[in-house]
Amino acid sequence: MTRQLTILLLLLLLLAGLVTIATGLGYIHIPVGQVIEIGFARLTGNPPPSGIDSRFPVIITDIRLPRIVAATLVGGGLAVAGGVFQALLLNPLADPYTLGVSSGAAFGASLAIILSLFGIALPLSWTVPFFAFAGALATLVVVFSLAATDSRLSSNTLILAGVIVAAILSAGIGFIKYMADEEVSIIIFWLMGSLVGKTWQEVLLVLTITLPCLLVIFYFARDLNIMALGEKTADSLGVESIKVRKLLLTVATLMTAGCVAISGIIGFIGLIVPHLLRLLLGADNRLLLPACFLAGSILLLAADTVTRALLPHEIPIGVLTALIGGPFFCYIFRKRQLGRGR
Amino acid sequence: MTSGDGPLFVVDRCSFGYTATPVLAGISMELHPGRFYGLLGPNGSGKTTLLDLLTGAAKPVDGRITLHGREVAGYDKAALARLVAVVPQDLHISFDFTVYDVVMMGRHPFIPRFSQPAQEDIDLVQAALAEMDIGTLQHRSVLHLSGGERQRVLVARALAQNTPVLLLDEPTASLDIRHTLDIMKILRRKVTETGITVIATIHDLDLASVFCDELIVLHDGSLYCHGPVGSVMTAPLIREVFAAEALVFTDELLGKPRVQYRYA
Repeated sequence: MTRQLTILLLLLLLLAGLVTIATGLGYIHIPVGQVIEIGFARLTGNPPPSGIDSRFPVIITDIRLPRIVAATLVGGGLAVAGGVFQALLLNPLADPYTLGVSSGAAFGASLAIILSLFGIALPLSWTVPFFAFAGALATLVVVFSLAATDSRLSSNTLILAGVIVAAILSAGIGFIKYMADEEVSIIIFWLMGSLVGKTWQEVLLVLTITLPCLLVIFYFARDLNIMALGEKTADSLGVESIKVRKLLLTVATLMTAGCVAISGIIGFIGLIVPHLLRLLLGADNRLLLPACFLAGSILLLAADTVTRALLPHEIPIGVLTALIGGPFFCYIFRKRQLGRGR
Repeated sequence: MTSGDGPLFVVDRCSFGYTATPVLAGISMELHPGRFYGLLGPNGSGKTTLLDLLTGAAKPVDGRITLHGREVAGYDKAALARLVAVVPQDLHISFDFTVYDVVMMGRHPFIPRFSQPAQEDIDLVQAALAEMDIGTLQHRSVLHLSGGERQRVLVARALAQNTPVLLLDEPTASLDIRHTLDIMKILRRKVTETGITVIATIHDLDLASVFCDELIVLHDGSLYCHGPVGSVMTAPLIREVFAAEALVFTDELLGKPRVQYRYA
C-alpha cells in the first residue's frame, strides 16, 4: 500500500514539475519562478505580483495552460482507456482504438471538414469535435450490435467486429480525402493529431467526459483484476463479469471519443503506457490505472511541449509520442526479455 | 454451516443444450453436505456442463437446481461466492500477477471494495499456500510457472475462499503423482475434518474409488448411476461406461474398491 502511494505521489510530482516547466517554455520565455508566482496568485485570487511583465499572466492562463491541461487530460485519458481495453480483452496488444473508435472519429471529422469545403458554412472549431465524437459513439453502437450475437461479448468477437467496422470506415475516409482533392491536407493534419490552439471550452468538454469515466473505471479496478482469471472464475468469485465488461467497454470508449474529439488521432500512448507500466509495476489495476493516467499525461505533455516550444517548427504530436516512447519501450522490453531468459 | 440435515444440492430433471442432442438430459439427484463426490464419465459425457449448472455458470434449459432449497440462478453472485468455490479446467491467467495476488483473489467476496485484506484473509491465504506446497513461490509471477504449479495456485485460490462447498474440474489433470496425491489427501482431510462438501471431476477411477465417498457417473449426457463408492465401482460399469476392461477388487486395508486396468 505504501509502495503504491509512493509511486503515484512521485508520478504526480513529476507531472506537476513538468506542467510548471512547460508553462514557462515557448516563443516568449517565462522564468519558472515567475510561473509559480503567477500561478499562486491566480489560485489565491490575488492580482499578479508587481514587477512581472504584464503580458505573462495572459500568456499563461489564456494561451499556454489550456493547451497544457488538454495535453494532460488527453494523454491520461488515452492511457487509462488503453489499460482498460487491455485488461478487458485479456490482450496486452489492445489499445483504445481496438473497437474502431478512432476510425469512427476520423470519419466524423473528415465529414465535417469536407462539408465545410463544399460550402456548408459551419464553424469548424466546433463541428469537427462534435462530428468526431458522434462518429466515435456511432461506431461503438455498430460494433456492439454486430457483436451482440455473442451474449458474452468475447474478445475475439469484439476485436473482429471492430476490425470490420474500421475497414469500412477507412474506405469512407479514403473517399472523402479523394473528394477533398487539394484541400486534403486539412484532413491529414487532423488525422495525425494536434493540440494546437486548444481553448478552455475544449478543455471543459474533455474534462466533463473524462472525469466521470475515470471515476467509474477506478471503481471497478479490483473487478478487472479478478477478470484476468477468466470469466468462469471471476463469476464464481462474485464479479458480474459480463455486466462489468459491457459497462467498462462503453465508458472507456466514451472517454477515448472525448479525447479524440479535441486532439485528433494520437496513437501509441494508449498502447504503450499501460503495457510499459504493467511491466514495471505489475498487473494490479488498482495501481496500474491511476499510474497510467499520470504517466500518459506526462508523456503527452512532454511530447507536446517539445513540438510547441523546442522544435523550430511544429510536427504532428502523434509522430513525436512514438519517437519519444518507442525507443524507451524497446529498451525496457529488451531488458525484460533478457531477464526472463535466466 | 446452517444447512441442517437437508440436502445441499437438489438437481431436478435438469437438461442442458441448445441443439437437438442435449449435452445433459433429465438429470435428477440429491447431493448432501459433508461428503466427497467424484464425478466420473468418459470425455464428452457432460461432466463440466453439470459442474457449470451447479455453480450457476450455466442455467438448465429444463428442470431446476437448488442449493439449500433456493434456486442457484436466484442467488446473488456475491452471496453464492461465499458458499461455493470453483476451480475450472482452464488454467490460463492473462496477466503478470504474483502467486500471492492470485490466491488472495480467493478472498475477493469477503473483502469490501477499497479495503485492505484483514489479518484473517492473510492467514487463510498463507494456510492455502502452505497446503498446496507453493509458499516458496508466492512472490513469483504466475506467468512463469509450470502447468502443475499453476494448477496448485488455482486450487490454493479456491481453498483460500474457504467456502462450505468446493467444486473442482479435473484438479489433478496436469499434476505429477506426488502433487496429485497431495491434493486428494488435502481435499479428503477437509471433507472429514471440517465437513465441507467437495465435488470433483476425476479421470483416474482408482484415485476416485480410494478418496471419494460417493460417485456420480455420467454416460452420454445422462446419469448412469449415483451412489456410495463400494456399490458403484464395478467391472461391468467400467466396461459399459468407459469401454475398458478392468479388475475391481476390495482393498482390505482401506475398505475401498480398487481398479486395475487390463491392457491385454
